[in-house]
Amino acid sequence: MSDFVSGFWNFYVISIVLASVIGCAVLLWFQDSAKHVEGETTGHVWDEDLQEYSNPLPNWWRWLYYITIVFGLFYLAMYPGLGTFPGLFGWSSSGQYHGERKKADEQYGPIFKKFQSQDVMTVAANSEAKEMGQRLFLTYCSQCHGSDAKGAIGFPNLTDNDWLFGGTPDQIKESIQKGRDAMMPAKGVKPDLNGDQTKDIAGYVRSLSGLATDSIRAQRGKELFAAACSACHGPDGKGMVGVAPDLSDKVWLYSSSEASIIETITKGRVNRMPAYGEFLGDAKVHLLTAYVYGLGGGAKEAPAAAPAAAPAEAAPAEKK
Amino acid sequence: MASGTSTPSQAKPNFVEESLYEVHQKVHPRAVSGTFAAWRWTLVWCTQLIYYGLCWLPWNGRQAVLFDLVERKFYIFGLVFWPQDVIFLAILLIISAYSLFLFTAVGGRLWCGYACPQTVYTEIFTWIEQKIEGERNARIKLDAAPMSARKLWLRTAKYGSWALLAFWTGFTFVGYFTPIKTVWASLWSFSLGPWETFWMLFYGAFTYLFAGHMREQVCKHMCPYARFQGVMFDPDTLTITYDTERGEPRGARKKGLDPNAIAKGDCVDCGICVQVCPTGIDIRKGLQYECIGCAACIDACDQVMVKMDYPKGLIRYSTEHAIEAHWGWKEIIGHVVRPRVIIYSAILGAICVALVWGIATKPTLRVDVIRDRATLAREVEGGLIENVYRLHVINVSETPHRYAVSVSGLQGIDMVGDRIIEVPAAGARSFSVQVRVPPEAGKKGSNQIFFDVKSLADEKVAVHEKASFLQP
Repeated sequence: MSDFVSGFWNFYVISIVLASVIGCAVLLWFQDSAKHVEGETTGHVWDEDLQEYSNPLPNWWRWLYYITIVFGLFYLAMYPGLGTFPGLFGWSSSGQYHGERKKADEQYGPIFKKFQSQDVMTVAANSEAKEMGQRLFLTYCSQCHGSDAKGAIGFPNLTDNDWLFGGTPDQIKESIQKGRDAMMPAKGVKPDLNGDQTKDIAGYVRSLSGLATDSIRAQRGKELFAAACSACHGPDGKGMVGVAPDLSDKVWLYSSSEASIIETITKGRVNRMPAYGEFLGDAKVHLLTAYVYGLGGGAKEAPAAAPAAAPAEAAPAEKK
Repeated sequence: MASGTSTPSQAKPNFVEESLYEVHQKVHPRAVSGTFAAWRWTLVWCTQLIYYGLCWLPWNGRQAVLFDLVERKFYIFGLVFWPQDVIFLAILLIISAYSLFLFTAVGGRLWCGYACPQTVYTEIFTWIEQKIEGERNARIKLDAAPMSARKLWLRTAKYGSWALLAFWTGFTFVGYFTPIKTVWASLWSFSLGPWETFWMLFYGAFTYLFAGHMREQVCKHMCPYARFQGVMFDPDTLTITYDTERGEPRGARKKGLDPNAIAKGDCVDCGICVQVCPTGIDIRKGLQYECIGCAACIDACDQVMVKMDYPKGLIRYSTEHAIEAHWGWKEIIGHVVRPRVIIYSAILGAICVALVWGIATKPTLRVDVIRDRATLAREVEGGLIENVYRLHVINVSETPHRYAVSVSGLQGIDMVGDRIIEVPAAGARSFSVQVRVPPEAGKKGSNQIFFDVKSLADEKVAVHEKASFLQP
């Protein structure tokens, strides 16, 4: 527990502390009377003629001094204060923290446990679990995903039915526990794209979801898209769960504006959801999974994409 | 004013070795009756009837006055104070401070002499002491006597009665923070919580210690107000004054003698003014910081003056100027109105009006709008721009309410989320609201918008709260 680099400092601190406390006691003991002329004032004068007699203190005041010294010694014996001596109570701030956590776990553990043994869909339907889940969400997730879980630019909306890494209970749980890393390389697999070509691709991408765009550019973009982007986003731009987002729906992680799409293509995108498994523990992750699943966007178990998603887990995934 | 109990006498030229600490000499004040004693007992009864009684008063199925620290709600009769109302506590403290300034400037240490809990409980504890151990002389004799069966019995009875009263005081104190009937019930079933137990014993123990044993020591050595009230005095402040000119030279004499004939002042040097003093000073030495202004010496001296057939008021409420210039009451009252009194009164009056106005117009509905910090703005279907807010709606009234929520302030503004919400009596609800505007509405950056929350039952219960909307 000690941060001292040598045993000398331990001794140094102990001797300073004890010498000060004992020094105070000795001073009090020897300084309990004084020679003075009767009727003498303290020598201070205020407001022209206001003086103060040097009157004795009440006797109980002296005992207060001694009590503080006794208290100080008692404290030093019981709590850490003398160098590396841990004190007879064995108290430490981290010990207190762990003790409080243990107590909280004992108190709230059973409530979490009750839900942990149920499957996610049952928990999602339980209103008490929903309330608990919302509190957890507001504490740990809302900073990025928003208090209504609808996300923001760069942070996915969790209430729609569009899932970058899958919306089954197991996939949601994995996203929370292990986090997710996503990277779209700049200019896809064709690093020699020039500015004009990038604009063509952006035009095509916009047309995929029915947004207004220059049809000639979109036509040119279609061919470029097949060469540069379809490896991940698929020939029809519908993407693949865990690999690349669907470009043909109306959901946009970064804005749908042409400028934003051009930026995405030119510079690529890197994004990350941090892993919370270790920090929150299984019980809280289970409740959060159920809460997120219950927000309305959760997919039923065993989706068609499951086998295809497996190899993609290791590969860097893209986002639009 | 000079401070200290010892007078600078003819100083001996040699130094004396003296202890820096003096052993406490117990002050045994002699019982006193008269006008000012009656005033003090009146205040003892008023303050203590309120203190011991108010917590038992029911109101609307709850305790009338309850400071619920756990739920963070203070109930005072029909009013419910929330943490947001802490301004009223601040105002109350300011009023207390200015009242102290005003009363002290006009009448000296009125608070100390008549209303301070230290004075009030000392008065009660001394009364108990007197009933059990007897008058001043009997008590001094008992103190000096060796331990005997009688002394043991008297001491046990006295300390026992003090302890009972002190415990009841601590119990009552806790009863203002936890419903007193609950405290009473759990007292008998030994199921008091640790904090209730602690505060009951703590408050009780200090009542016992301060009112029973420490008494004037608290005023002399602990209380900061006692010391700083001196700076609020001026030459027109009423203080308890011994009329030196009239009283000196003092001396004993036979009843009925004309003081002029024997070349003496009116003071018969009976020493009763010293015997009745709860802080053990001699007021004839002039105004001293130990004087709490209780006026016990006035009552005592007046009785002696009546017996001697002298006019009352050798010791009386007077001012420095009045003594110098031989003023009567008319001139003293004429000098009450002076700049500091006017300023204190004006400020005090203004703050009192503010308090009454503030409580009378206290809203029964509060709305806090909290913008989502991370989610600045986002684009939703149809190209609309959306901001997210959490609305915290607090129903301060004691009936449940349904509220309509709406938003305004930008062209084409609209909201997604509950438009009607229900909040239970004295409860709060928090929920998110998404506000959407067309991308061309407002300016780039921050735009002011307004949330309106209106009670469906009562149009007047409404809050118009501003918030900012970010346009990317």
